[in-house]
Amino acid sequence: MHHSIEIKQLSFAYPDGHPALERVSLKIEPCEKVALVGPNGAGKSTLILHLNGILLGEGVVQVCSLPVDKPNLARIRGMVGLVFQNPDDQLFSPTVYDDVAFGPLYQGLPDAEVRQRVQDALAAVGMQDYAGRVSHHLSMGEKKRIAIATVLSMQPEVLVLDEPTAGLDPRARRGLIRLLDELPLTMLVSTHDLHMVKELFTRMVIMDNGCIVADGLTDELLNDEALLSAHGLERP
Amino acid sequence: MHVHFLDPYRPRPSLVHQLDPRIKLVLTLSFILTTALMPQGAWPVYILLLAVMISVVLLSELGTGFVLKRSALAFPFVLAALPLVFTGPGPSLGETMLGEWTLRISQPGLERFLSIAFKSWISVQAAIVLATSTPFPQLLVALRAIKTPRLLVAIFGLMWRYLFVLADETLRLIRARAARSGVSAQGEVKPGGSMLWRARVTGGMAGSLFLRAFERSDRIYMAMASRGYDGEVRMLPLPALKPVHWVILGAGMVLFAVLLAIAYLL
Amino acid sequence: MLASPVPMHIPDGFLSVLVSVTLWIVSVLVIAYALKRVNADLDERRIPLMGVLAAAIFAAQMLNFTVVGGTSGHLMGAALATILLGPWAAILVMTSVVGIQALIFQDGGLLVLGANIFNMGIVGVAVSYAAYQLTRTLLRDTRRTVLIGGFVAAWLSIFITSLSVALQLALSGISPANIAIPAIGGIHALIGIGEGLITVSALGFILAARPDLVRNGMARPVGGKVVLGVGLGAALLLAVLSPLASAHPDGLERVAEQQGFLSAARTPAFTMIPDYVFPGVSNQNAATILAGIVGTVLVFAVALGIAYTRRRKPTPTTEK
Repeated sequence: MHHSIEIKQLSFAYPDGHPALERVSLKIEPCEKVALVGPNGAGKSTLILHLNGILLGEGVVQVCSLPVDKPNLARIRGMVGLVFQNPDDQLFSPTVYDDVAFGPLYQGLPDAEVRQRVQDALAAVGMQDYAGRVSHHLSMGEKKRIAIATVLSMQPEVLVLDEPTAGLDPRARRGLIRLLDELPLTMLVSTHDLHMVKELFTRMVIMDNGCIVADGLTDELLNDEALLSAHGLERP
Repeated sequence: MHVHFLDPYRPRPSLVHQLDPRIKLVLTLSFILTTALMPQGAWPVYILLLAVMISVVLLSELGTGFVLKRSALAFPFVLAALPLVFTGPGPSLGETMLGEWTLRISQPGLERFLSIAFKSWISVQAAIVLATSTPFPQLLVALRAIKTPRLLVAIFGLMWRYLFVLADETLRLIRARAARSGVSAQGEVKPGGSMLWRARVTGGMAGSLFLRAFERSDRIYMAMASRGYDGEVRMLPLPALKPVHWVILGAGMVLFAVLLAIAYLL
Repeated sequence: MLASPVPMHIPDGFLSVLVSVTLWIVSVLVIAYALKRVNADLDERRIPLMGVLAAAIFAAQMLNFTVVGGTSGHLMGAALATILLGPWAAILVMTSVVGIQALIFQDGGLLVLGANIFNMGIVGVAVSYAAYQLTRTLLRDTRRTVLIGGFVAAWLSIFITSLSVALQLALSGISPANIAIPAIGGIHALIGIGEGLITVSALGFILAARPDLVRNGMARPVGGKVVLGVGLGAALLLAVLSPLASAHPDGLERVAEQQGFLSAARTPAFTMIPDYVFPGVSNQNAATILAGIVGTVLVFAVALGIAYTRRRKPTPTTEK
């Protein structure tokens, strides 16, 4: 059967030998939105970096039935939109326009199509008027939205976000949650923001020490005090 | 806390701002070259050059005061040319006694000194108008148009983007240093430590800045790779220049040529 | 704010057109070669690394510390870039730093940008590389040697670069060699100590946290021998040439005179204070001055006219 993301027995150790992931297995269906929580150093970011082949570990990772390996990298990276935590790392071009055009340009699309994609992606995050702007003049909330637009322009199958609400003031956070709710895409969101998880995601995965320790309905897991405190989480 | 002051661009609705950056860059470079090619002491033509420059400043709506103040930046360097006044050849304009030394003011030397100072002054004004009337991303477009290698343009773009991010970080480091550089309550302790110690603190700050830069470049690389980056630099093609741009470029070139001709032929 | 306290970034107007253009050509050729070398190295991370490090050098130049009295030491960064990135990438990084300083901060001119890139980017990097590698070959390669090599490279890069600046000024007939070279070289021999101390402390900090970075930089250079040779050559040449030039300024002066003062001689019509005394302004002079004034008035009239017609239109407000 077709899964958006399918991970089987994935293990990974950093060059210094420190193991970061141990036999992680996870399946995500099309259009499902899943939250990934756990303490710092649990391996969430490492797992995310495997989804588009920035890191290649032992085991199987498939995106839309396509195995993530060297020959498929270019296609995979167009299918998985990865948004990093710090928008100052994600937005590396002089202008917003250049940044949103970067992905489509490297997909080898014709110029007219690239321009259309940029427009559509900026419209999708409600930032149409920001094309000519310079990234360092933007607020944190604006940067986070543009960062999402930079991957939407590639028209990915799956959206993967690392800490989307970190560092936002309440209003910007609210706007971002609304945006995530409206986007009709498969989503895997790594976060510490359990209030958002409760509000937005029906399914939640808890990681600790490089393993998946729980995977189930958000409402049930968030009511399991023992489980939460065992992994350094607090009930919202 | 942001170091916006680093960005010299000043938005105005002026004609100079609206001019295509490619034309603006080429005209600026040509103006500076024209100035450099002027024979020294051609004062009437110098005044014409100044008139052209001031007109552009007026048109740019940046404010003459603003441009003049910024143009003072280059003045300290004038010191390097000062000896000319006293060591130049030819007739003397007079002598002054400086203690035991007799300083002879050479007339060609003085003229050359003033020419250099003047040329430098209007050249820097041209550069200021270019930088303050053109957003940097548009300057990058202009650099591409004059065939700057793409790899270099890409480095320029990244550098400019992270200049502000790292300058913010540096400012935080400097404030942290200042916050801990108090004077001891015991009166006789000299504040500031030895020069060696101060250099070590500063060097440590530079080191941590570089370390963070390395780590950041790793994360940027991952963000780039996630969007398909493969080590090659790709950019959207530049829009075509309109005929009116070519007319402006041509007119500027003719003006410079005429000025040069006046200076050399008259 | 960001202007260097002592001349190193030459502004426009201070070098003759011949010297400027020659050094532009040399710089373009070297940059093209460095680009080829860097491109041959298939590390995909190199572009973001060079861009961010260039920004870091720029930001590190904001850090300064008081040396003695009012003078303050701060970083040029050529040595640090060379040690961390290897010579070819360092040339590109320094080119970007010097280029951006000229383009957006007017720190150094545009026509003389080729010369500034040549001095700080090419001479600075080549000398740093030669000094660093030689120190490490002569002494045993330990942590301390890296630091000593860093100091020598940093000091020498500043000193030799300043000699290069002084020679160019002398060649352009701006400053007599016997004044420019001791003055500029002398000041920078002191400033170089500051550069050396900062470079060493920065290297020490990086060595403690990520020793691999310091090793990687030097593991990379392909064709490093060329740079080593060029750097050593440039250092020796400038170090020998400079005292020679300043002891016998006549030869250099003659070259400069041919370029500079000759053009003055060619157009006597423009010397406002013609030969020896103040005679009555001759007819020809009066005519050119008059033409100048008329032309100036015309240019102003056109400019003001355009400005005025635009002022009357309601100016569209642009986004802030």
